[in-house]
Amino acid sequence: MAEYKRPESSEDFHKNFAQKKPLMNKTEAFYESSRCLFCYDAPCVTACPTGIDIPLFIKQIQTGNAEGAAKTIFDKNWFGNTCGKVCPTGVLCEGACVYNHQDVKPIDIGRLQNFATDQVIKSKKEIFKPGKDNGKKVAVIGAGPAGISCACELRTLGFSVDIFEAKDKPSGLAVHGTAPYKITNKEVLDEVEYLQDQLGFSINYGKAITTKEQLNDLEKDYDAIFIGVGLGPTAELDLPGVDKENVIGAVEFVEELRMTEHKVKVPDSVIVIGGGNTAMDAASETARMGANNVILAYRRSKEEMGGYDFEYDLARNAGAKGLFNVQPVEITGNGKATGVKFIKTESRNGKLEYIEGSEFTLDCDLVIKGTGQAKLVDFFSLIDGLEIDRSTRIVVNGESFQSGNPKYFAGGDAVNGGAEVVNGAYDGKQAALGIENWLNK
Amino acid sequence: MADLSINFAGIKAPNPFWLASAPPTNSGYQIMKAFEAGWGGAVWKTLGVPVVNVSSRYGSVDYRDTRMAGFNNIELITDRPLADNLKEIEEVKKYFPDHAVIASLMVESRAEWEQIIKDCENAGADGIELNFGCPHGMCERGMGSAVGQEPDVLKTIVEWVMEAANIPVITKLSPNISHIVDPGRASVEGGTDAISLVNTFKSIVGIDLDSYAPYPVVDGAGSNGGYCGPAVKPIALNMVKELAQDAITKDIPISGIGGIENWRDVVEYILLGCGSVQVCTAVMHYGFGIVREMEAGLVQFMEDKGYETIYDFKGKALPNVKEWKDLNLKHKVVAEIDGDKCIGCELCYISCEDGAHQAIGLSDDPDNRIPFIIEDNCVGCNLCSLVCPVEECITMVKRDDGTEHVTWAERTANNDIPTTFNDKRAGGLGHYVPEPSLALKNGKKK
Repeated sequence: MAEYKRPESSEDFHKNFAQKKPLMNKTEAFYESSRCLFCYDAPCVTACPTGIDIPLFIKQIQTGNAEGAAKTIFDKNWFGNTCGKVCPTGVLCEGACVYNHQDVKPIDIGRLQNFATDQVIKSKKEIFKPGKDNGKKVAVIGAGPAGISCACELRTLGFSVDIFEAKDKPSGLAVHGTAPYKITNKEVLDEVEYLQDQLGFSINYGKAITTKEQLNDLEKDYDAIFIGVGLGPTAELDLPGVDKENVIGAVEFVEELRMTEHKVKVPDSVIVIGGGNTAMDAASETARMGANNVILAYRRSKEEMGGYDFEYDLARNAGAKGLFNVQPVEITGNGKATGVKFIKTESRNGKLEYIEGSEFTLDCDLVIKGTGQAKLVDFFSLIDGLEIDRSTRIVVNGESFQSGNPKYFAGGDAVNGGAEVVNGAYDGKQAALGIENWLNK
Repeated sequence: MADLSINFAGIKAPNPFWLASAPPTNSGYQIMKAFEAGWGGAVWKTLGVPVVNVSSRYGSVDYRDTRMAGFNNIELITDRPLADNLKEIEEVKKYFPDHAVIASLMVESRAEWEQIIKDCENAGADGIELNFGCPHGMCERGMGSAVGQEPDVLKTIVEWVMEAANIPVITKLSPNISHIVDPGRASVEGGTDAISLVNTFKSIVGIDLDSYAPYPVVDGAGSNGGYCGPAVKPIALNMVKELAQDAITKDIPISGIGGIENWRDVVEYILLGCGSVQVCTAVMHYGFGIVREMEAGLVQFMEDKGYETIYDFKGKALPNVKEWKDLNLKHKVVAEIDGDKCIGCELCYISCEDGAHQAIGLSDDPDNRIPFIIEDNCVGCNLCSLVCPVEECITMVKRDDGTEHVTWAERTANNDIPTTFNDKRAGGLGHYVPEPSLALKNGKKK
């Protein structure tokens, strides 16, 4: 029941991945902004992990001050444009909009946010200045949302900042790991360029920090170090047959899709294993790439999935089918996966149990593991005194984001185990303030 | 079926919905179209010695997403030759003999008044309206509001007109005056058959922030305009009331003008004593079709209330428009919040907290955003119910038992009013007011 034709050109690709939150035009922004009630102690602000003053920026849009609105947004969130597009607004700001309580459509906050930020990014309007040089230097490892945000904030405080990035593009999963219908590569990269042009931090691409020597050098050359390395590749599944050639990780699949678009070849039958947002992205995306038979297989019930309901709905609407309470036990096939053998499960007193004799096999041409990303434990072990919790996340002070080694601060997925861009943006900014407090107190 | 027909100072019309003298009545074409759409009468765009107009003529006050909540213009009277207008009046009357066609007039000399009145009568006009209101352009030449602001001059001209006219005369007043009753009385003393009001208010609707010129901008500059539209209705209603209650003007037929757009507006003007209403801005915004809603709503209102003609309820609100001193000081209402309807915007809280009497509180539980009324502090001012965005969520409920009735006038007569600066009879004495220092974020007292 493929609703999508296989994309053969970049144009086809973008048609299949049409933006879920297209830019508002001026008229739409005018009418939408006029609906905001300017609530007291507005719940949308409370619901925003970065605490953007949403009623203020909406009022600014309403009064023809989109530039001021953009300033209000970036003041709290350096990834304001990206977040407007990729944030799960339905469960954050828009989900908290008081209109919901009277079944009135909530304010389209994400798109209003983009209306403002997109304007200054496109016009390259300078609204930020680096702070007066304070003579101190900070190294940032990882140019993802947390690292970039930390760098931006540090620059406004007068630090000089060098970012070290393993890949050849900034913004981490925002550009490499987001479903293409949420935001385009250009939109993500333009925002970083806009910030970098004004604030002047350096990004050294292709510079993965992986050795003790490198860290020693950083410690020598810099007054503080921010770790914004995120997570590693898709975690290995302990499953027979998992090493077959057409068994790939969801994160890797999404990244390849974003970088090469229509050139990615997706076969007809796909099984995606997992119940998180990335698994759902992969299911939705393979369906949009023209796969006829996409199955999202999750070992627990639908209600227990970690992904958002709206993400599941997106995948389903794209043509993917959900299959619940099925545990993969083997990937079948000779060198190449031809199917997945499952066993049915059920929850008994909160414990997942297999139903004996319920094994069955589903055929497929591609298996995508949406089973979470590995933590970069090897890297963490290089840093003396870094404290790691039982889920192998870096432990930091909740306010300063300072780690067990006082010279190191950390934020984003490496600390929270994998969350939204907006959480990384918040962490990075807070860590910068933590660094300022620690070095200049 | 309600009978909407009227006889306004001898001018008959199938309904009280008239077009005001303005751009929508610039031509016979427009007026015929309007009559076909359902309008009962039209006051022709003011006739006189034709003018020359500027380009860029209108400005607007937009409130959030509402266009033209207020509207102003710097257009003058007709720029078309009198002969053309007269020919069209004659033609309109041929097609619509039962509709009211009223010629608005503005000229300078007595001879001109006499001539133009005769011309309009010959063309078949049902009445004339004297434009003593226009507050821009024409007033610089001694006409329009320049007359309306000088009751003696106004009276003299009305007298000239009354001597010359054989058809009903309506005097249209300018609101750009401190006491509307003064020109009202002058026109009655001059012998006018009726009064219409209000004309537009002298206004600047805004300044262009790039050219630093008022709207509408005419080649880098602007001039004050005449303000009208929904924003002026409250001021116009009060002026209508003043004339309808004044001993000398109260019996004169009044045609109400100012911000009328829907049936409610029409009913309100009639309740304050108007015998017809005139509309301009709503038509300039939505076209002649807007009359459909006015008519349907007026008929519905009359049927619901059991009225057969508009004279059954004309002026019915006037006895209830009193002086403040005659209001019952014992009447007591307090706000009540319907928690089931509340959406938690907390606008009632902050408006009361910052803008009124600190009579609304918030729960200590951050998940409970439904405010509560602190009844001891509530003075029944209505502010919370006015800002509440939810229909019927905050209501004002009566707390007095209706048995007591004391007015300021009565208390004055009984020597029971505060008379010194720290008088114990002050109304606010004993009302809870927080300590000033509690306003500070850290709440620290010295």
